[in-house]
Amino acid sequence: MTTNSASTPTIRQRIRALFSRIWEPYRSVPLLGWLIAALVAVGLEQLVGLPLARGLGLTKIPALFGAVVILSKPALTPSALLFTTLIYILPIGIVARFTAPLTNRIAAKLAEYPLVVTALVHLVLLYAVLHIWCDITDYRLLVARLAMISIILTLSLNVVNGYMGEFSCSHPGFMSIGAYVASAFTIVLFVSENRFGEALLPPALGPYMFPLALMLGGLISAFGALLVAIPSFRTRGDYLAIISLAFMFIVKSFFENMEVVGGARGISNQPDYATLPIVFLWTILSIWIINNFVRSTMGKALNAVRDGELAANAMTVDTRKTKMTAFLFAAFWAGVAGGLFAHVLRYINPDSFGIRKLAEVLAMVYFGGLNSVTGSVVGAVGLSLISEALRPLDIFKWIIIPIMLILIMIYRPTGLIAFTEFNVEKIFLPKGRAPEGAEHASA
Amino acid sequence: MPLLEVHDMTHFFGGLRAVHDYNLSIEPGQIRGLIGPNGAGKTTIFNLITGIYHPTEGEILLNGEEITRLEPNQIADRGLGRTFQNLRLWRYLSVLDHVKMARYSKLTYGLTGAFFGTSKRVREEKATDKLAMDLLELVGIPHLADQIVTNLPYGAQRRVELARALATEPKVLFLDEPTAGMNPEELIQMMAIIRQVHSEIGMAIYLIEHRMKVVMDLCEIIQTLNFGEVIAEGTPEEIRNDPGVIEAYLGKEVVI
Ligand SMILES: Nc1ncnc2c1ncn2[C@@H]1O[C@H](COP(=O)(O)OP(=O)(O)OP(=O)(O)O)[C@@H](O)[C@H]1O
Ligand SMILES: [Mg+2]
Repeated sequence: MTTNSASTPTIRQRIRALFSRIWEPYRSVPLLGWLIAALVAVGLEQLVGLPLARGLGLTKIPALFGAVVILSKPALTPSALLFTTLIYILPIGIVARFTAPLTNRIAAKLAEYPLVVTALVHLVLLYAVLHIWCDITDYRLLVARLAMISIILTLSLNVVNGYMGEFSCSHPGFMSIGAYVASAFTIVLFVSENRFGEALLPPALGPYMFPLALMLGGLISAFGALLVAIPSFRTRGDYLAIISLAFMFIVKSFFENMEVVGGARGISNQPDYATLPIVFLWTILSIWIINNFVRSTMGKALNAVRDGELAANAMTVDTRKTKMTAFLFAAFWAGVAGGLFAHVLRYINPDSFGIRKLAEVLAMVYFGGLNSVTGSVVGAVGLSLISEALRPLDIFKWIIIPIMLILIMIYRPTGLIAFTEFNVEKIFLPKGRAPEGAEHASA
Repeated sequence: MPLLEVHDMTHFFGGLRAVHDYNLSIEPGQIRGLIGPNGAGKTTIFNLITGIYHPTEGEILLNGEEITRLEPNQIADRGLGRTFQNLRLWRYLSVLDHVKMARYSKLTYGLTGAFFGTSKRVREEKATDKLAMDLLELVGIPHLADQIVTNLPYGAQRRVELARALATEPKVLFLDEPTAGMNPEELIQMMAIIRQVHSEIGMAIYLIEHRMKVVMDLCEIIQTLNFGEVIAEGTPEEIRNDPGVIEAYLGKEVVI
């Protein structure tokens, strides 16, 4: 049997071989190359997207790479696919491949500068791509901002459920605390003619104070987390799941009964402070700080606690403090994400932070991969986009997504990209023939 | 003054008296052994002294300071390092990270450093890398630094445990059956490493062992434990000829 399969490759092996042949030249494309290629694609869409879409019989530019069009009007499938191919796949494929020598040279040059410079160059490019892409429709702008907020949420939950190996369910609760606190802050201070009366400060100050509102929300969330953490981490038992779930429901009914902030009807009229660049900055900040944390020995203590608390304790790790810190830290970021969320939607009610939200974040964490920053980014963006793309299917969406998750759980029990370290120094490096050189630069 | 003293320590697990009126005194730099049949209470004594359990009665002094009720991490930080009988390594951490982790309480960069990657953190992590590599060198596995521990052979895992315990800068090092499950070759290497560690760092060592050859070769003084009580204490020579010890071991063999 083995000799047979060796002489005549199966279909699967052939497909695999074909893919790896196509992919081969792209192995030497550095991140910079992909970003530039994406920039070309979104620029192209901006310039010729609309006429091309009309020419193909579409009413407007497909918002999410044609997925929505295909699912809602199957007859237009060829047009949608053609559009995506002409605007995205071909330009990105061609540009990434043929600029690779150039982008590798630039990346090598950049590697000589401090990491901050290199990172900034990449971030500016990434933001430009995002900005131009979102410029096409308000819908994209909304989806992109919500996806980035999901990144913050997923990553922070991963700290607890992945890195620390506990099971926390209170993230929607922390999110709602952050959302309400930040909303109250900005509305009371900067919005006139609202339930709280006239604005107390000149509205022009508002955007500058927004970070303060978010951090306040985060801090109060962290304080709420203390109420969960104290009873949960007192002993070596496993109470967190239950206590945190209870916490989520308590917070929800608390806000439902708080008439000052609208009770079950919720609160609206948040000023439009969570613009694309602002959400982008906070997302990058959260990734940077969380990644710093989990890569430090102090952060890795979480893994030690997860994989053997007794040994961690005997190796001088203050396990209780470690768990508390991580939990409060995660709650802080959930609060910040909540504040951003409130100012993106500009309307929140207690129902936005219930069991549905919990399922969504948990799915993103486990889909993307435990104990992995990259995994959380992939999980959050991936599921956000999939969920939007499947919107035309209505109720079937809630069948397809769970099935997908179950398949992931079967074939990759820890998620798509689990247990990896996100090495910031390495992702910007040039790629290709000279691996020794690359290793040298990182050392 | 002795480095570590234990006075009249007794411990119950529910109705089971696992340790009874146990006394110990270790001088700086001394190597001591603890032997006894299976279930005699040896590991329990280690767990009591290192703070994993708190004794029902008795007191424990390290350098004259009472540590009886302290938490394991505080005790470890004060200079009591240990290894575990059945390895307790961390599944997803690299060998290097294992050793670095034992420096936890010595790191001073705090949360600010952890969150923002300050230059202080970079410096301390670098210094910790160096120290950890030196210890891996000492136990003979520097080439395994980047490996995940689950991939390693048993003997190497024991060495990781030892290096990790050394990273806590112990004044007394507790080794719970450091050669358990090793083949003769690994055993000889391990004994050489223990000797070398002792001569280079010079801390006191307290060792649990089943293999008589190891204890008799390494230790200056040996205690024999049976049913939670010390039945003999003395030099290897004295222990070898003690009728009580022989009976405890013979009795065990008869049961088997
Ligand atoms: N956590 C515990 N709860 C209840 N009983 C325990 C506990 N730990 C140990 N014991 C009991 O205490 C006694 C002493 O156990 P201990 O592990 O200290 O023996 P030991 O001398 O280390 O044996 P071995 O040579 O097999 O390692 C045994 O009877 C054991 O069953
Ligand atoms: Mg034992």
